[in-house]
Amino acid sequence: MGNIGSYEEKYKNFEWQLSVKELEYGKDGMYNLAYYCSERICEKGMADKTALIWEGFQGNKKKYTYNDIRLYSNAIAQFLLDNGIKPEERICLFMDRIPELYISFLGVLKMGGIVQPLFSAFGEEALFTRLEDASTCAIFTTMKHIRKVRKILHKLPDLKYIFVVDAGNKKLEKFEISFNMEKAQLNEKFDIYKAGPEFPSVLHYTSGTTGKPKGAMHVHSSLIAQHITAKWALDLTTDDIYWCTADPGWVTGTSYGIIGPWASGVTQVVLDSGFNTDKWYSFIERHKVTIWYTAPTAIRLLMKEGAGPVKAHDMSCLRHLISVGEPLNAEAVIWSQEVFKKPFHDSYWQTETGAIVITNFPGMTVKPGSMGTPFPGITAVVVDPKKFEPIETAGTVGLIALKPGWPSMFRTYWNNKKLYDEKFKNGWYICGDRASIDNEGYFWFMGRDDDVINTAGHLVGPFEIESALLEHPAVAESAAVGKPDPVNMEVVKAFIALKPGHEPNADLELDIMNFIRKKLSPLAMPQAIEFVSSLPKTRSGKIMRRMLRAKEWGEEIGDTSTLEND
Amino acid sequence: MSDDLKKLIIDYVKKEYLDDDSEEIDESTQLISSGIVDSFSMVALKTFLEKKFQISIPDEKATTEAFDSVNNMINLLKEFNVA
Repeated sequence: MGNIGSYEEKYKNFEWQLSVKELEYGKDGMYNLAYYCSERICEKGMADKTALIWEGFQGNKKKYTYNDIRLYSNAIAQFLLDNGIKPEERICLFMDRIPELYISFLGVLKMGGIVQPLFSAFGEEALFTRLEDASTCAIFTTMKHIRKVRKILHKLPDLKYIFVVDAGNKKLEKFEISFNMEKAQLNEKFDIYKAGPEFPSVLHYTSGTTGKPKGAMHVHSSLIAQHITAKWALDLTTDDIYWCTADPGWVTGTSYGIIGPWASGVTQVVLDSGFNTDKWYSFIERHKVTIWYTAPTAIRLLMKEGAGPVKAHDMSCLRHLISVGEPLNAEAVIWSQEVFKKPFHDSYWQTETGAIVITNFPGMTVKPGSMGTPFPGITAVVVDPKKFEPIETAGTVGLIALKPGWPSMFRTYWNNKKLYDEKFKNGWYICGDRASIDNEGYFWFMGRDDDVINTAGHLVGPFEIESALLEHPAVAESAAVGKPDPVNMEVVKAFIALKPGHEPNADLELDIMNFIRKKLSPLAMPQAIEFVSSLPKTRSGKIMRRMLRAKEWGEEIGDTSTLEND
Repeated sequence: MSDDLKKLIIDYVKKEYLDDDSEEIDESTQLISSGIVDSFSMVALKTFLEKKFQISIPDEKATTEAFDSVNNMINLLKEFNVA
């Protein structure tokens, strides 16, 4: 039995106020979530408790107590104010998984700034699009990534400060300021910005089928949902050693890689390293990780290596396993039961929901392949795609829809209220995913309801890839679709028609792959390219992605009556 | 042959994956574990080797371990009688 106790009872009687009371949220007018992730834990007598154990790929280690992260985040907040940065300005974090990334997240919030975390593997075009949209005024980065920032700086008039956390004695350029967190002036008492519960906190960018990536705006009171979901869905207690493998450039890495665990006074461990089976198992064994939150792609990569590497390590420390990012296949759940003696619990949520909304709860029967049941306080249904009315018949596929009003729901898309409003139909927030519900209330994922590609748990917008492809000198037109992949669920496949004078060949294919990898990100890089003479279009000239996608998935192509030519 | 091969792969990785010209790598530098090459970008590296040497590396051999260093890649290529 986990922290949640009886699911049925909790679901029936739940009020978010329970989480508010546990956190004492709003006490003395304090709503700033950064306070709850640092000061409050210290005030509860856990100042000397380890908050973060960090390991680099070469085995270098750092350890921070809750008092350390309190003091360092205060120092960062003061540093930002001293540089003239004001509340509500957007401050981007563009770093690998180093301690400064985690701690500056709190620092920005403490001075009232809006944190804009971005995945450090983004190329310059992906970075530019998101910084331009948010009119970001400052960015924290490292020497490893500064070149990407330098390349686009001239196009970003609002970007005035580039804080480099590891510059050392290296020569910096205009607008670049060296900031060494561990040598910064420590500030015992920082006057934390009095953000209200609805004050903006985090701006996470996510992709859609059309248009540029959009910034989902969250507020400080998201903490109410993140705290109680961390406690009941992840089953975190103050005795746990917790490892969330997600990068804080994405929402899982902030909601459950920073806010959830630290607001709960948990010790978390971070491995800033690429994937390596032995390294991962050794890391778990060495730190005696008790709770592990990871992604289906990683689990499938581990499965590929078999049970042997697991047996070579003592994994008995693990007590609860959770997965997120894409549907967890039944085989992975069964495999984890066999090798770890406990199942992975799938959890479902999105950038826009800010916190877990559907999951397999600790202590409940895990149905392999199922997403689980709604979190208490969440009204989740599937609706029909025309009238957006709940479907009552068990097993019928519809669109996953949530009744708005949970605390961590996004409040808008940055600069795009129209698109935000379009996400709500007939009083429901429409998630954009298709599922069915069985007669015991378990949700079963069926697929996306749009052209967005879910690759290794990250959403990639086809439009962004196609736009970038058009910038390649050889590309006349293109379509990007998801192609099935046994490890990543989907990978990007590009159909490309070349300009006259260019011939398909192996070098060009590789050149296009690397072009997108560097411009956007490795996730957006087409892992397969098919050169075609033309793309299927509607009579109005719109490329019919769904036809190409259906072909890849071996599905029915569907209605082709609007097709321009055969 | 082996030295030429090493240089070819090192130069390619430096050109395509290192942002900082001053960064140096050698044949034993960890590429995937260090994050220089992520598991997605590994596909482009695999494609590079396949095109360059006109081979086809099956998925079961294209592990993160096999691409984690230039030495490991050369060992992989030996299986195809390239190195």
